[in-house]
Amino acid sequence: MARAALPGRLNWQLATVVELRDETASVKSIVLDPPQWQGHRAGQHVDVRLTAPDGYQAQRSYSIASAPEDEHLVLTVERLDDGEVSPYLVDELTPGDELELRGPIGGYFVWEQSQGGPLLLIAGGSGIVPFRAILRHGTAVGNPVAVRLLYSSRSLDEVIYREELIGLEDDGAVEIDYTLTRVWPDDWHGHRGRIDRELLEEVAWEPSEQPLVFVCGPSGFVEAAAQALVENGHATKRIRTERFGPTS
Amino acid sequence: MEALDGNSIGGALLEYFGREMTTATGSCRHCGAAWQIAELMVYSRAPGAVVRCPSCGSVVIVLVEVRGSTQVHLDDFALDQSEAV
Amino acid sequence: MSPVSRGFFGRRRPVADPSRVPPGQYVTSDFPVLSAGPTPHTPLDEWSFTIQGAVEKPVSWPWVEMLSLPSEMVTVDIHCVTKWTKLDTRWRGVSVDTLLEAVQSEADYLTVRCDGGYTTNLSREDVSDGKAWVAYEYDGDPLEPEHGGPARLLVPHLYFWKSAKWVRGITFTKDDEPGFWENYGYHNHGDPWLEQRYQGD
Repeated sequence: MARAALPGRLNWQLATVVELRDETASVKSIVLDPPQWQGHRAGQHVDVRLTAPDGYQAQRSYSIASAPEDEHLVLTVERLDDGEVSPYLVDELTPGDELELRGPIGGYFVWEQSQGGPLLLIAGGSGIVPFRAILRHGTAVGNPVAVRLLYSSRSLDEVIYREELIGLEDDGAVEIDYTLTRVWPDDWHGHRGRIDRELLEEVAWEPSEQPLVFVCGPSGFVEAAAQALVENGHATKRIRTERFGPTS
Repeated sequence: MEALDGNSIGGALLEYFGREMTTATGSCRHCGAAWQIAELMVYSRAPGAVVRCPSCGSVVIVLVEVRGSTQVHLDDFALDQSEAV
Repeated sequence: MSPVSRGFFGRRRPVADPSRVPPGQYVTSDFPVLSAGPTPHTPLDEWSFTIQGAVEKPVSWPWVEMLSLPSEMVTVDIHCVTKWTKLDTRWRGVSVDTLLEAVQSEADYLTVRCDGGYTTNLSREDVSDGKAWVAYEYDGDPLEPEHGGPARLLVPHLYFWKSAKWVRGITFTKDDEPGFWENYGYHNHGDPWLEQRYQGD
């Protein structure tokens, strides 16, 4: 039986854009100051809503890229060529602008210390965004569990947070395996091609270690990776997935 | 057309129920398979969001925004007793 | 009302004669794909269109027969309840009038049935006298699966959720029986010019 929505427990709020950071040629991080923010958990997302002068509205969801301990709320957005919202966020938004958002949202695709580990993070493209929050949160709480990240991108230029990830690895917060699927440098020492059972077998924890696995990226990527994990013997109950994709 | 998952309707459900629902467990009334809402398949490029069981494909939940107000039809997803709203 | 997002205008919209745009609609130049589920793929040699229910005798056309029926090229404007309108869309299809000539029915209403289980309801009046087609070509090419191919219903004078994709038949009914979206609060009739989006509008 349907009921009308309850008066907002989850309200739309305005956040001021503090800074914009280029991550790659088509990806930008948006640093925000939301005065009414109550905090969040690593892995959650927000809904962003844009309103045009004629009243037209468009809404999208974006994973939070910042850890709960970070000073500002950060979103990382990839410009989609035929997108309606992402080109605005990446190309038009400037410091001082206000962005309407609601959140934080999500209790399934989150990680905190109490859940234990070891942790296996599998990212496809912009699926890396919620993992930045998880990795930064892990560091903030003293890296209590071992973490491995398998990050699939089309090319090296499209690896988001490249410098930051190198730094996290140097600090011992995470072991990272990169795989490039479309083009790679001649002297590339990382993996090549899409994630498959063989690659997972090579880089993932043994099923006997019972890792907590998070998979994030486009629907097809998530589907394939999750299936490969299960075929390799990982328990479905230990795998959490979040699919990204165009919503309208 | 590729589906998203129940995470993508987290905001609408949170607004409607007043609490986090993507971890809510229940079962498909058509085939009995058990899921957390986050694991369900969501088709949202539509006049509403159509949520389907990953096992049998049947429609289990439908969200429609009628005159600016979200309505959630949990008709064919049987929430576990502990999740009663 | 939300504050305006500085510099946001939505997609660039083609200039259009306002008399062709129903209230609350925005004109688009692309053709958005909307769906309530995965795209079905019925092989053409298994496809048929059947009219049944409150009829004297059910009638069925397999694909080859449907394509051999007299067809029309029509250019129509289409209006989706999600607020986009697309002008001058070109289709080829068989007029539902042609199909209805093959059946006898006293019933005033019908339910449209589709692969994947989608349904919508219409009055007989709404699919008669040149108002509806079983369309199998869009813009000169075979209708693509994501847009409802091999064939969809085309009822352009009503909101486009009534133009059911992956159509497989019509069931005549004595009473107006709400289909999929109608059951969830959308209007039984759906006239975009009267902005009949939801029950009670």
